[in-house]
Amino acid sequence: MELIAVGPAQTRPGVQMHAATKGLRPYRAHAVGSLTNEQLCQLVSAIAVQRDRQAFAALFRYFAPRLKGFGLRRGVEAAAAEELVQETMLTVWRKADMFDPARATVSTWIFTIVRNKRIDMFRREGFPDADLEEAAETQSDDRPADDHLCAAEAGMAVRTAMKTLPTEQLEILQKAFFEEKSHQAIADETKLPLGTVKSRIRLALARLRAALPEGHA
Amino acid sequence: MINHHPPLELLQDYAAGALTEGLALCIAAHVSLCRECAAQVGRLEAVGGALLEQIPPVEVGDDLLATVLARLDEPAAPVTAAGRFDDETRTVVPEPLRRYLGRSLRDLPWQAVGRMFHEFQLPLASRGMKVSLMRLRAGSEMPQHSHCGNEYAVVLAGGYRDADDIFGPGDFMAKGPADKHQPVVDADGDCICLVVLDAPLKFTGLAGLLVNPFLRF
Repeated sequence: MELIAVGPAQTRPGVQMHAATKGLRPYRAHAVGSLTNEQLCQLVSAIAVQRDRQAFAALFRYFAPRLKGFGLRRGVEAAAAEELVQETMLTVWRKADMFDPARATVSTWIFTIVRNKRIDMFRREGFPDADLEEAAETQSDDRPADDHLCAAEAGMAVRTAMKTLPTEQLEILQKAFFEEKSHQAIADETKLPLGTVKSRIRLALARLRAALPEGHA
Repeated sequence: MINHHPPLELLQDYAAGALTEGLALCIAAHVSLCRECAAQVGRLEAVGGALLEQIPPVEVGDDLLATVLARLDEPAAPVTAAGRFDDETRTVVPEPLRRYLGRSLRDLPWQAVGRMFHEFQLPLASRGMKVSLMRLRAGSEMPQHSHCGNEYAVVLAGGYRDADDIFGPGDFMAKGPADKHQPVVDADGDCICLVVLDAPLKFTGLAGLLVNPFLRF
């Protein structure tokens, strides 16, 4: 599978990001420069416990370019995308002690931060973030309450399984998560029937779910 | 026991940050009460995290790291106090929704709509949607109604019956433009629901003629 390189040419100020990212085929994972979740957890822990600026800088170097790519996919200018990077990474610094490695991978945690910041900055709305942990604990039905444990393990399985998704499914997931598009909006834009959008996303999610360790599916 | 859940599409749109604030609030309220859906949202956020990690990195400006490092000691924006709540409110209203109320249920400026329910419209930035808490009087039969758009609701306290379906705390309901319904509130107590409408209700029966003039949108 061909990798789509996004070079510095597309990051010049003033370049229309919409045009720059339009028509790109979905990309595949970059093997280069990837850190394990364990390494990322150590960085977050050093930030939380020792207020370690070097650890923060390392985490920044890893995530800032990804967060910028994420911002650009929504079609905003480079400057706005960098503003999003700043605000997200500041929140990472401030909330590092709230990160629980048993609950989520570092990338999942940072994804939820950038998702909320993006809504805040570009839509001027709030995001009513449900406390998933609280929900897991307050239930009084008879299932064991430990199915949220090692969510991080599940996150890593998802990451691996993502590489096996067919292109059309990967593409539609990227639209949903990066471009903040609802099922209906994707259907409108791609001119695919809503049913097709739904079934592609369902198929993709089912495939990812099948890869989850027992107890998470 | 929660029996009615949002469809996967809505959970996924929520996790991706693609819903308007009002509808996101409905999902957040349900997810806060439903362990299954909380786990599902956790998995969907892990998909977001995995996608974020695999996005092609886009170089950030040379001085961005320095800018952020210089801002690390800035005081964070003060967290606006969510307000103080009495026991009833803390029990009935899930946390993400409580933040929007600012005060206890009994202190809200409820508006009487006809004789069957009281309503409090939430102050939300997003337009084109009406987001309200409704307190339906115990034992009342709502007039049969249909919708120009969609209606979503989460039961917070009490319950009602709609044809053969029974709704209780935590249950999620979605109705489209083609659906008519006629909830009958349980006799043993008021029913409090979070209701989101993306177009006005139309009461279809005779009793509706009496209520329609009172409905503001």
